[in-house]
Amino acid sequence: MQDMGIEVLFQGRNFVRLLEGLWVTVRISVFSVIVSILLGIILGMIMTMKNPLLRIITRCYLEFVRIMPQLVLLFLVYFGLTKMFRINLSGEISAIIVFVIWGTAEMGDLVRGALTSIPVHQYESGKALGLTTVQNYCYVIIPQTIRRLLPQAINLVTRMIKTTSLIVLIGVVEVVKVGQQIIEASRLTSPSAAVWVYGVIFFLYFIVCYPISILSKRLEVKWRN
Amino acid sequence: MEELSEMKTPGETLVEIKNLNKKFDDTSVLKDISLDIHQGEVVVLLGPSGCGKSTLLRCINGLEKIQGGEIILEGEKLNEQTKRMHLIRQKIGMVFQSYDLFPHMTVLENIILGPRKAEKRAKKEVVKEAEELLQRVGLLDKKNAYPRQLSGGQKQRVAIVRALCMHPKIMLFDEVTAALDPEMVREVLDVMLKLAKDGMTMVIVTHEMQFAKAVADRIIFLDNGIIVEESDPQTFFTNPSTDRAKQFLNLFEFDAI
Repeated sequence: MQDMGIEVLFQGRNFVRLLEGLWVTVRISVFSVIVSILLGIILGMIMTMKNPLLRIITRCYLEFVRIMPQLVLLFLVYFGLTKMFRINLSGEISAIIVFVIWGTAEMGDLVRGALTSIPVHQYESGKALGLTTVQNYCYVIIPQTIRRLLPQAINLVTRMIKTTSLIVLIGVVEVVKVGQQIIEASRLTSPSAAVWVYGVIFFLYFIVCYPISILSKRLEVKWRN
Repeated sequence: MEELSEMKTPGETLVEIKNLNKKFDDTSVLKDISLDIHQGEVVVLLGPSGCGKSTLLRCINGLEKIQGGEIILEGEKLNEQTKRMHLIRQKIGMVFQSYDLFPHMTVLENIILGPRKAEKRAKKEVVKEAEELLQRVGLLDKKNAYPRQLSGGQKQRVAIVRALCMHPKIMLFDEVTAALDPEMVREVLDVMLKLAKDGMTMVIVTHEMQFAKAVADRIIFLDNGIIVEESDPQTFFTNPSTDRAKQFLNLFEFDAI
């Protein structure tokens, strides 16, 4: 039989291994995304405050994280902490820390933008109704902010999921790394396996990210009507 | 005799404004304003743009920091710093010029938010009251509509109902018809007239002179941050005592060509 490469996927536990790799990716992404969104909302609220010191600090944090490539941040946390402070973190924990730092900064800036785009009258009419500041945020401001935020936030989430492919470089075996291992192992027996393995990986990323963008479209339509 | 004098006596003082001073940066917007508003009274603030009438209204609701003087509602001093400010605001209903309904909530949800969350009243009772109030302004069929599906006049009527549902002691209206199409102005003013008839204490900022004449118990004419003239509507519109007020009223008269 002519070698198609596709059979590599069904040899041994290969396909299951890819799924296990995907689970690592999903696990890190989901955890980082949830924490980033929560912290980002808080950060965004802090960024709208008028305190000049808080402004400078949050601004520096945001710029620092934005300018640094994620890979550098990963190396800093994974290797840097060990070297400098003898703190030994696993690759996965390092990855989560970096993604939370990055995600919080980006999310915070999105939240800040959305919050400042809510008209002053909305704040005032909530106040005029006798709501406390916390109630005003919970029932009036944040629900509107989320609606404005959604498209960009979804974009950020999918970007975070895709960027997890970098964590191979600090030794975390996620879906891309598993793919590479499978390709290496079958290099001599089926040289064209790479196309199939990467094809499957493409498809796996797609089935993770596509439902998210479907959900966001649904919500946008629902909220518009 | 006695009956007559009783009719003339105003109700108890509800809001007391003493020597109020308000500045935006270095510009004085309100200069030493003193004013009492009585129970059941309808006070209309008139004056040219920028005279400080809207600012005065916003001060009464504690939406502006004041630089001097005090505002006292039912014996309690308004102060942005106090933890009780949101409780004081529950006694004050305010309707703004820009339709300020919450766009993500239906009409009914808009109305019950304050009573449910700020006053912690039972949902069933609040919904019932909200529906009755909506009925009164002729909008019961819109209770499940979203603000964007309403016309400007309808939104403004809902905003009035939203404030009323909190059982305020006093209602503040800040140029509520200024952004409306002429045909829609009437429906909003009618609601306000009805409220005035029912004995609601109201402070109104408006540019609708005919309406001011009809609804007011007292006209306060402000210019440049001071009260220039204060009188009953009859006197103010027919025989104003200051030149400034005469000038202002002349703006609304047109000579035939």
